[in-house]
Amino acid sequence: LDFDQDGYSGGGVYPSSWACLLLYDNIKGPSCIGSHLVRFISCTFNTGKSKRSKMSLTAKDKSLVKAFWGKISGEADVVGAEALGRMLTAYPQTKTYFSHWADLSPGSAPVKKHGSTIMGAIGNAVGKMDNLVGGLSALSDLHAFNMRVDPGNFKILSHNILVTLAVHFPADFTPEVHIAVDKFLAALSAALADKYR
Amino acid sequence: MVEWTDKERAAISDIFSKLDYDEVGQKCLSRCLIVYPWTQRYFGAFGNLYNAEAIMNNPLIAKHGTTVLRGLERALNNMDDIKNTYAELSVLHSEKLHVDPDNFKLLSDCLTIVIAAKMGTTFTPEYQASFQKFLSVVVSALGKQYH
Repeated sequence: LDFDQDGYSGGGVYPSSWACLLLYDNIKGPSCIGSHLVRFISCTFNTGKSKRSKMSLTAKDKSLVKAFWGKISGEADVVGAEALGRMLTAYPQTKTYFSHWADLSPGSAPVKKHGSTIMGAIGNAVGKMDNLVGGLSALSDLHAFNMRVDPGNFKILSHNILVTLAVHFPADFTPEVHIAVDKFLAALSAALADKYR
Repeated sequence: MVEWTDKERAAISDIFSKLDYDEVGQKCLSRCLIVYPWTQRYFGAFGNLYNAEAIMNNPLIAKHGTTVLRGLERALNNMDDIKNTYAELSVLHSEKLHVDPDNFKLLSDCLTIVIAAKMGTTFTPEYQASFQKFLSVVVSALGKQYH
């Protein structure tokens, strides 16, 4: 069974939707069966749903990310610098990649410059959401063969970007925007790691 | 045993002093259920979780958010022995609730983000580092009794 993000498989295929209900061993009580039944029925009859790979970006995700990025683009440099500074402070092991910098403190010149570079690249990727692997191919080469950044660190930086967005845009960074941006950054990280091996 | 500097203790206490447990608890738990929908598997008896709006307005989720924050307060009040303070809670989450311990990290990331939104720039990188260290000790303690 290929579970998508909602925990239900495929798009409206009766046998697999039924099977995933059976796998819900935490079902307790009629109210819970009710809500699962509603979703099972809509899943079964939702034959218009196109085939998706696990947790891929939906049209709604892309439009939420684009709209949100439009709002924040004026402060992208600030966000990038701060996210990088937060990462270097809260996850000191990431400093190992920047031993060539004189000053690793938040707000230092190299941190600001590099934060701006990173956010610029992410902003570009917003325009390439329909083909992140193709669009980020050159950057993937760079990270894989020159910089050799362990891909686990992409998740760490993504988390710090989310924290920085929450700090600066608390009203706009709603749970719906949060999930869309989180998925986008995860897809971006996967594209960046594409050439690693 | 975990070593805490005075600055870390001060940062963590300061953060907690600014929290309305009802508000932050509700926001944190609902955000987790929305952003990581598979976590809803543990809340089958909590009524309507069908979409983000339903989750945000669900009173049982709100109540449980407060419970979670009160649980964190116990760790705050016993920072030098979080592991033993949480031994029973760890058994509960493992034996009775059957929660995958990977989910603890998801909830703690959502809590960090809700607090960041609330505190704005006063949630400095140093505060973030201290608070995340606290949460990682809590997460580790909660996972300790799993076998």
